Amino acid sequence: MTQFAQIGVFNQAIVLFAALVLFTSFIMLAQTRMLPLIFSFAWQGALLAVATALVAFVSGHSHLYVSALMTVALKVVAIPWLLYRLTLQLKIQFDAEPVRHPSLLLLGGAGLVIFSYSVALPVVHRSGLATRNTIAVSVAVILIGMLLMIARKKALAQVIGFMSIENGLFFSAVVSTYGMPLVVELGVAFDVLVAAILFGVFFLHMRESFDSLDVDRLTRLSEARDSLPGHGEAGEAPESHP
Amino acid sequence: MSQAGPLPIGIILGVIVFWLGIALVGLAAQRRFRLVSQVLFPLGGAGALVLAGAAFAALGQAPASLVLPLGLPDLPFHLRLDALSAFFLVLLGGTSFAISIFSAGYFRQAEGTPPGLLCLQYHMFLASMAGVLLADDAYLFMVAWETMALSSYFLVTTNHRIPEIRWAGFLYLLIAHVGAIAILLCFGAMQGFQGDYTFAAMRQAHLSGFWASVTFLLALFGFGAKAGLLPVHVWLPEAHPAAPSPVSAMMSGVMLKTAVYGLLRVTFDLLDTQLWWWGVLALGLGLITALYGVMFAAVQADMKRLLAYSSVENIGIIVAGVGLAIVFRAYGMNTLSALAMTAALYHCLNHAFFKSLLFLATGHVLHATGERNLGKLGGLIHRMPWVAIIALVGTLAIASLPPLNGFVSEWLLLQAFLFSPDLPNPYLHMLIPSAAGALVLAAALAGYVMVKFYGVIFLGRPREDKLAQAHDAGNWEKAGLLWLAAGCLLLGIFPVYVIAQLDFVTVDLIGRALGDTAGKTGWLFLTPVAPERASYSPLLFLVVIAVGVGFTYWMVRMFYHGRLRRGDPWDCGYPAQTPRMQDTAEGFGQPIRQIFEPFFVIERELPTPFDGAPRYRMTTRDRLWHWVYLPVARLAERMTSLVAVLQQGRIHVYLMYSFGTLLLLLLFAR
Repeated sequence: MTQFAQIGVFNQAIVLFAALVLFTSFIMLAQTRMLPLIFSFAWQGALLAVATALVAFVSGHSHLYVSALMTVALKVVAIPWLLYRLTLQLKIQFDAEPVRHPSLLLLGGAGLVIFSYSVALPVVHRSGLATRNTIAVSVAVILIGMLLMIARKKALAQVIGFMSIENGLFFSAVVSTYGMPLVVELGVAFDVLVAAILFGVFFLHMRESFDSLDVDRLTRLSEARDSLPGHGEAGEAPESHP
Repeated sequence: MSQAGPLPIGIILGVIVFWLGIALVGLAAQRRFRLVSQVLFPLGGAGALVLAGAAFAALGQAPASLVLPLGLPDLPFHLRLDALSAFFLVLLGGTSFAISIFSAGYFRQAEGTPPGLLCLQYHMFLASMAGVLLADDAYLFMVAWETMALSSYFLVTTNHRIPEIRWAGFLYLLIAHVGAIAILLCFGAMQGFQGDYTFAAMRQAHLSGFWASVTFLLALFGFGAKAGLLPVHVWLPEAHPAAPSPVSAMMSGVMLKTAVYGLLRVTFDLLDTQLWWWGVLALGLGLITALYGVMFAAVQADMKRLLAYSSVENIGIIVAGVGLAIVFRAYGMNTLSALAMTAALYHCLNHAFFKSLLFLATGHVLHATGERNLGKLGGLIHRMPWVAIIALVGTLAIASLPPLNGFVSEWLLLQAFLFSPDLPNPYLHMLIPSAAGALVLAAALAGYVMVKFYGVIFLGRPREDKLAQAHDAGNWEKAGLLWLAAGCLLLGIFPVYVIAQLDFVTVDLIGRALGDTAGKTGWLFLTPVAPERASYSPLLFLVVIAVGVGFTYWMVRMFYHGRLRRGDPWDCGYPAQTPRMQDTAEGFGQPIRQIFEPFFVIERELPTPFDGAPRYRMTTRDRLWHWVYLPVARLAERMTSLVAVLQQGRIHVYLMYSFGTLLLLLLFAR
């Protein structure tokens, strides 16, 4: 690892912001209430945008500025706002979901960070980019996002987890190769927006058919527990109300 | 052999492209019924005739090859036209010509699939069968084979609104795919780990006994599933009644033969050695299939099911012939091997003609009366004399009566059986004569079945009032039926000439020909091995039969009443007689059902004597359903329920799966 003294100020700033992005991931992992969860997601987006802009400044790749702007527009403004409105609409803004073993979850997150450092080691050895030290951080953001999705029951939290995975992917693209081609990034950003809208529709439907946003209610989609195998399509179960 | 030319293979390729073109036109003009039936189907038939002609010309020529720049990169399609392919192409063209012509008058509007789509599927089916026969690498073979299975599946499910038909189609598709997997594995074993899937490379490869046996067993199972060998024959009696009659005719007459072609291609061409026990296995399986098929045919009350079981029987006979050819070949008795092979090939050709003819005839009966149940037909010879007389030709041929074609091939096969004492294996001495006995039993029962088939449909008095409205065949249908009937007659009367053509195939595969001995005493007498041993002259038979019939007829007219008199049949002392008191299909099959009772699952509902409206219902089912299919299905369900444990319905668990996979991959890729 490079000594910190040898790195320029801006590079140090990039590492700092990367650490902050990771920190927001941990906040999300621990946050059980809906509105703060959305806000911390927005903060993560903002920090990500700043880090991207710094990378753009250091590397001289001007298209990364566009990416940063896009991040601000989408992940700091548009998607949090969509989710916020949805939360109000569904009246779940004061919901808190009980997480079993929260400390264990955070420890798991820490373990994932260590794991991603060990995974990213060969890449870091081979890479010549100034930002290579933050690759591990970006991988950790992805993995923690997945952990968030696994640990939570509320559909909204899962969407946040999904978006956070996307943040991690974007960040790893920025720091390991100075970003994907602009066309690809535009496409991905658009996809994420569409996904957010689709999730909104999905929530409404879920609310209608289950009267709850717990994804656990979806277990009725399983084929194994009701009806003999080969008889009838149990997959159509959500049509009926509980 | 004359000079090899690229002409025949080019023409055949042209016909395939032509068929594909017709298919596309059909797709474009989906609802234009007159165009499809009056133009496209006859055009396809003309193509079939051209194909048959070109293949016939290629019979005597050296093999011609062609490499098409199609397919995947670095994996072009190889084509090869040798005598074996050419023979089966003649069969395909000759039969499908009649079926296409018949179809022009057969298909009606508003029957399930729109006519244009039917045209697309039908011609795709034709083209893919020609592709199977021309293929010279495993890749093209499998592509064409699967296209054939799929297009025929869609043809079977033409009336897809009926649940039973969808079920029949599913069963067919399932067995076709299981068979296709076996064939794929067979090619995989045969290429000998070279990675080269052309047939040319497979001919060069020398396999050890173990791998050759594996290849043969896989081929026997895979092609047997398509042909309808026991125990994978169950799709035939389901799919044939479900399909429209020209499609049944095509599947039974031609598609089953492509499976025989595949078996011959793998066993005699691609593998360089043959072991004797392969032949015994094929022989035994073929004979059991033949007996099983004919037994079930005897107790059927649905005319198309009956014919389907009869197809099972005939395929059994053909495979028995192939098995005998393998046995003789393995002991180096090439002339006898050529004799058995000739018999099998001859029977392929014969079966294609007479079975197509009978399926088309039942198709016409079905259209004219709306009935498939034998118990509701009868007396149709008065309503549709054309169809009745042509069907009589087919019935006599399939019952293997001289001078028609069915007799020649079965006679040849029996001749081959009678040479088995020359085999150097003492067990086979004992086994094969009893196998000949089984073959004769199957042939005799087939005659019994055909008496029932023809008698109940066409003779007697109509069992239902609506049969009075039945009409005779239209011109297109008559033309198709006549072609097939003429084929049955000519194949029966000129066996020496036919065998001279089949010799090209046996010379190619075994290195021996029958032509020198078969036609030794001229074209009139067929003497397969030696004139003093056995000879047969169909023309003399024909003349004697014709003279005998003519003389009797003349005598009756001269010395008996001298005039035709119609009266009530002898009424056995019963005061009243209705057409429903005639012998029925169930009644006719009853002795067979009694004798072979252990083979059937019989469900009978006998009405009580006090029932005011008594109904008698009986169904006969296959024991193999309980012995083979249901256990396999249950096993599959149990295994899938083990896999279904993975499917919990919890999103978290699914996410865990991908999370765990990701972590593992990262760990390994590090």
